Amino acid sequence: MNPVEAIVLGASAGGVSALLTVFAALPRDYPIPLLCVLHLPDDRHSQLAEVFSRRLHRPVREAQDKQHIEPGMIYVAGPGYHLSVERDRSVSLSQEERVHFSRPSIDFLFESAADAYGRGLVGVLLTGANEDGARGLARIQQCGGRTIVQDPAQAQVAVMPEAALALLRPDHILPLNGIGHLLATLESCEC
Amino acid sequence: MIIERNTDIEIRLLIEAIYLKYSYDFRDYSGASIKRRVLHATRQFECATVSALQERVLHDPGMFLQLLQYLTIPVSEMFRDPEHFLALRREVVPHLRTWPSIKIWIAGCSTGEEVYSMAILLREEGLLERTIIYATDINPSSLEKAKQGIYSMQSIREYTENYQRAGGRQAFSDYYTAAYGNAILDSSLRENVTFADHSLATDSVFSETQLVSCRNVLIYFNKNLQDRAFGLFHESLCHRGFLVLGSKETLDFSAYSDRFEALVKPERIYRKL
Repeated sequence: MNPVEAIVLGASAGGVSALLTVFAALPRDYPIPLLCVLHLPDDRHSQLAEVFSRRLHRPVREAQDKQHIEPGMIYVAGPGYHLSVERDRSVSLSQEERVHFSRPSIDFLFESAADAYGRGLVGVLLTGANEDGARGLARIQQCGGRTIVQDPAQAQVAVMPEAALALLRPDHILPLNGIGHLLATLESCEC
Repeated sequence: MIIERNTDIEIRLLIEAIYLKYSYDFRDYSGASIKRRVLHATRQFECATVSALQERVLHDPGMFLQLLQYLTIPVSEMFRDPEHFLALRREVVPHLRTWPSIKIWIAGCSTGEEVYSMAILLREEGLLERTIIYATDINPSSLEKAKQGIYSMQSIREYTENYQRAGGRQAFSDYYTAAYGNAILDSSLRENVTFADHSLATDSVFSETQLVSCRNVLIYFNKNLQDRAFGLFHESLCHRGFLVLGSKETLDFSAYSDRFEALVKPERIYRKL
C-alpha cells in the first residue's frame, strides 16, 4: 500500500451528516489532510467550516486561495467557487462554468488533486443526487490513487455513488462507518 | 501516466508559444485552471492533441483570439457581492470625497459589469463628474463588450436585486433602456471611462490612482504573478489609496501584506499604508 498524502471527499444531498460520520471515526491527531466539496446553495457566508469544527472538536477551515495544505487539517470548499489543488500543494479557487449545475464541483477538486498527488491520493465519493464526482474519481484511479465509493444501498441518495459505479470499479464499496474505519488505518506519507 | 506527462508538457509548450508569438503571458497562471481550460478548448476545436491546437494557434492569429476566449474567464455580474458595494459607499466614498479629482483603475474589467456598477455608485454619490475610470483587460472581445454596455434582460433582473441590496438609491431601470430582450446601459455612465488593453503580467503602471478595484482576477494567478499585480497596485495608488479585491481574494499570503491595512476585511477593502 502506498503511503497517503491527502484524501479528497465529495458529497451532495445528505452530505453533511455523511461527512460528519466519516470524520468522527478519525482520531483527533489524524495526520493526513482532508479536502472536501459538498454541494451548497450559493450563499457567501457558509457556516459549514464552523459547524464541522464545533461538532468534531478539531480545526476545519474553508479553503482560501493560495493557502498551503497542512497536515492534519480538514478543508471545505466555500460556496460559489471551484476548489483545486495545485502541484505545489496549495489550493486555488476559480469561477469557471458550473459542472453538473454545481460550483464548487467535485470533479474539479478530484481531477486536480489526482494530477497533484498521483498515487498518494485517496478519493471518497458519498451520497448525492447528481453525477458530479464520478469522472473525477475515475481520474484518481487512472493516476494510481485509491478510490472509495459509499455503498449506494446505504446512501441517503444513491445517484452519486451509482454514477461512479457505472464508470469505474473502485477499490472499496463501503458503508459510512466502514469508510471511517478504513481511512483511520491509512498510513500517512512523510513527504 | 506517460500520456498524462505528455499533456502537461504540451500545455507548457502551448503557453510558451503563445508568449513568444503573441506576448500574452499565461506562464504564471494557476496550473489546475489553465489545464482544464486548455483541454476544454482542445476538445471544442476538435484537435486530437494540445500539440495540434498549438500548431493551429501558432500559424493563425484568428485562432489565437478564439483560444483567448477560453483562457480568460468572463464570469461577472453587476453589483456582485452587494455587501461589498454597500461597504464601498459607507467606508470608502467619504474618503474619496476629500480628493478634488479621483482616478480609479478597474483591473481585469472583463465585459464591464464592475465598471458600470462603480459608475452608478459614483453618480449617486455625486462623484462621477470628477472621476476618471481606467478599465483594463487583456481580452479585446471582452473590452469591446464592456464599451457597448449591453446585457441580457435576464441578467439585468439579477443585477436589479443586487443593486437594491447594495444600497442603490433609484430604480435600477433608470440606468438602462430595454430593447429586444437586452438592456443598453446609459452611455453617459461611461463618459469618463477609458477602456484599455493592459496586462497585469507584462505591462507597467500608467497612472496614479486613488482606488484600484481588481475582483476575481487574482485567483487565476499563482503567487508570483499575484505579487507582481500587488506591486503594480501599490505603485499606482497614492498615499492612503484604496485597494479592493474579490470576496475570496486576500493579501494575507502575499509579499505585500504588510504594505496595506484592512479597512473592511470581510469585504476585502484595503488601504495603502
